[in-house]
Amino acid sequence: MTDEKILLTEKKNGVGIITLNRPDRLNAFNDELSFQFQDALKEMEKDKEVKAIILTGAGRGFCAGQDLQSRNIAQEGGERPSLGESIRRRYNPLVIKLRRMEKPIICAVNGVAAGAGMSLAMLCDYRIVTDKVNFIQSFTKVGLIPDSGSTFILPRMIGYTKAFELMLSADKFSAQEALEFGLVNKIVAEEDLMKEAVALAEKLALGPTKAFGLTKRALNRAIFHDLEELLEYEAQLQEIAGRSDDFAEGVKAFVEKRTPVYKGK
Amino acid sequence: MTMTTTYKNILTAKEPVPGLSGVNIGLVTLNRPAALNALNHELMEELVQAMTDHDKDDSVRVIVLTGSERAFAAGADIKEMSEETTVSIMMKDRFATWDRIRAIKKPIIAAISGYALGGGCELTMMCDMIIASESAQFGQPEINIGVIPGAGGTQRLTRAVGKYKAMELILTGRPFTAYEALDMGLVNRVVATEIYLDEAKKLAYELSQKSPIALQLAKEAVLKSYDGTLSEGLQFERKNFYMLFSSEDQKEGMKAFIEKRKATFNGK
Repeated sequence: MTDEKILLTEKKNGVGIITLNRPDRLNAFNDELSFQFQDALKEMEKDKEVKAIILTGAGRGFCAGQDLQSRNIAQEGGERPSLGESIRRRYNPLVIKLRRMEKPIICAVNGVAAGAGMSLAMLCDYRIVTDKVNFIQSFTKVGLIPDSGSTFILPRMIGYTKAFELMLSADKFSAQEALEFGLVNKIVAEEDLMKEAVALAEKLALGPTKAFGLTKRALNRAIFHDLEELLEYEAQLQEIAGRSDDFAEGVKAFVEKRTPVYKGK
Repeated sequence: MTMTTTYKNILTAKEPVPGLSGVNIGLVTLNRPAALNALNHELMEELVQAMTDHDKDDSVRVIVLTGSERAFAAGADIKEMSEETTVSIMMKDRFATWDRIRAIKKPIIAAISGYALGGGCELTMMCDMIIASESAQFGQPEINIGVIPGAGGTQRLTRAVGKYKAMELILTGRPFTAYEALDMGLVNRVVATEIYLDEAKKLAYELSQKSPIALQLAKEAVLKSYDGTLSEGLQFERKNFYMLFSSEDQKEGMKAFIEKRKATFNGK
C-alpha cells in the first residue's frame, strides 16, 4: 500500500467512477495500478448501488498502456521478463471483468489511449472521447503483439483490414478517425467530457438495469463467447514476442529515445 | 408443492408435473447455506434418505437434485475429516452412504449453479443428467489439500471426459467453467443462471411423460456400460429390452404409435 493514490474511485447517484491517477506517467499501468484497478472493478460489480460505471484518466492522458519504465524490461543481458505471465495476472483479469460485469461501463477518454490503454477502452461498452484524443495501437512499435484483448475486439469492431493496418503501422489516429471507424460513440469538447459521461451514466442508472445487464450478457455470448480462450492465446504469443531480440531493442530504443533497429528475431 | 419430511440440511418436496394428474417430480435441495452446502455426513444421510423416499414414491417419476444459485456444494466437510486417520476414516466408511445413491432407480437430474467442487462435483457426476447455470464452477481440487477425490471422482470424471482431460483436472485441481464442462461432455446443457432450476424441472417434466419402467431399465442399462465389458453391457441391454415386452407400457406405447396418438403410460 502506498500513500499516493494511483487509482481514485467515487460513487454518486448510482454511478461509480474509476479514475486512473498516475498523470505524470500518462496513467500507464505498473503492477500496482493494474491490481488496484482489478479490485475496484470487483467492488463496483458487487456494490448493488452502483448501476453504471465510468472509467477515465487524470491529467492529459487516458492511459498509455504498459509503463515500459516500471519494470526492468530494458535490462541488458539480464533475464527477460515473462510477458505472458504478466498479461495473465494483470491485464486479462481486467478485460474479463470489464466484459463479464453486467453493468454498462462508459469509458470517458480524456486523452491519449495507447497500447493496453486503448484495448481496455475498446472493451468498455461506451466510448465518449474529447476532440483532442489520439488512439494508438503502439504494441508493434516495441516489437510486441497487441494484447489485452486487442486482437479480439478490434477486427470485430472495425474489420480485419483496418485492424491489421492500425496494428502494424502503430500510427496514432484522431478521435475523428476513430468515430469514422465506428470505434467511439461520441466526440465532445474537453470541458464537457465528464459532464456528458455522468449524464449518460446517471440516465442508464435509472433505466431497467436488469434488462441492460441481460443485454450485455447476450452480446457477450454473441460476440465475446471465446474471449477467455483468445486472451490466453495472446498471452502465449506475447510470451514469444517478449523473448525476442526485437523487443529488447524496442524497449532500449524507447528509453534512449532513438529509432530502434530491428532484425526480425 | 408439498413438503414431506423435515430435514436439517436439505429441503425436499414434490411438485406436480403439469398436465399429468397425480404425477410428481421429486425435488431435493441442499440447504446448508452457511457452509456453502459442504457435504457433511449428516447432510449426506439426509440426502440419501430423501432420494430413497422419492424413489419409493409411485407418484414421483424423476428426481431433481439442486443447491443454491451461489453453491451446489463447495465440497466435502473438510473440518469434519481433517483429524481422521486411515483406520478411523475406513471404519466410519462414510462413502457407504454415497454408494446408496447408486441404488436409486429413477432418473436423477442435477441442477447445478455456483460451486460444484470436490465432493460437490462428485455428487453431480453421480446424477444421470446435468443442467448447469452459466455461473456454475466445477473442479476436483482435492490435490491442493494433499488428498485425492474419494467419492468416485477419479473414475466418473475419467469416464465422462477421457483420461487426459481428467488427469489434468484431477492433478492440477484447477476449477473449470460450465462452458468448459459442456465442451468436455460433462454437462448436458448450460443455461442462464436465473433459470437453471426451471430448465432442469422442464427436463424432468419431459421425462415424466415417458414410461417409468422403461426409464428405469434404460437408466440401468446405460449405467451398466460404465461397469463392465461391451459384451456384458450388450447382453444386459438386450435382457432389459426383452423384459419391457411384458409391460403394459410397451403395449400401450407401440399401439399408440401405430394409431398415431400420444401414449399414456401407467408404469405397469
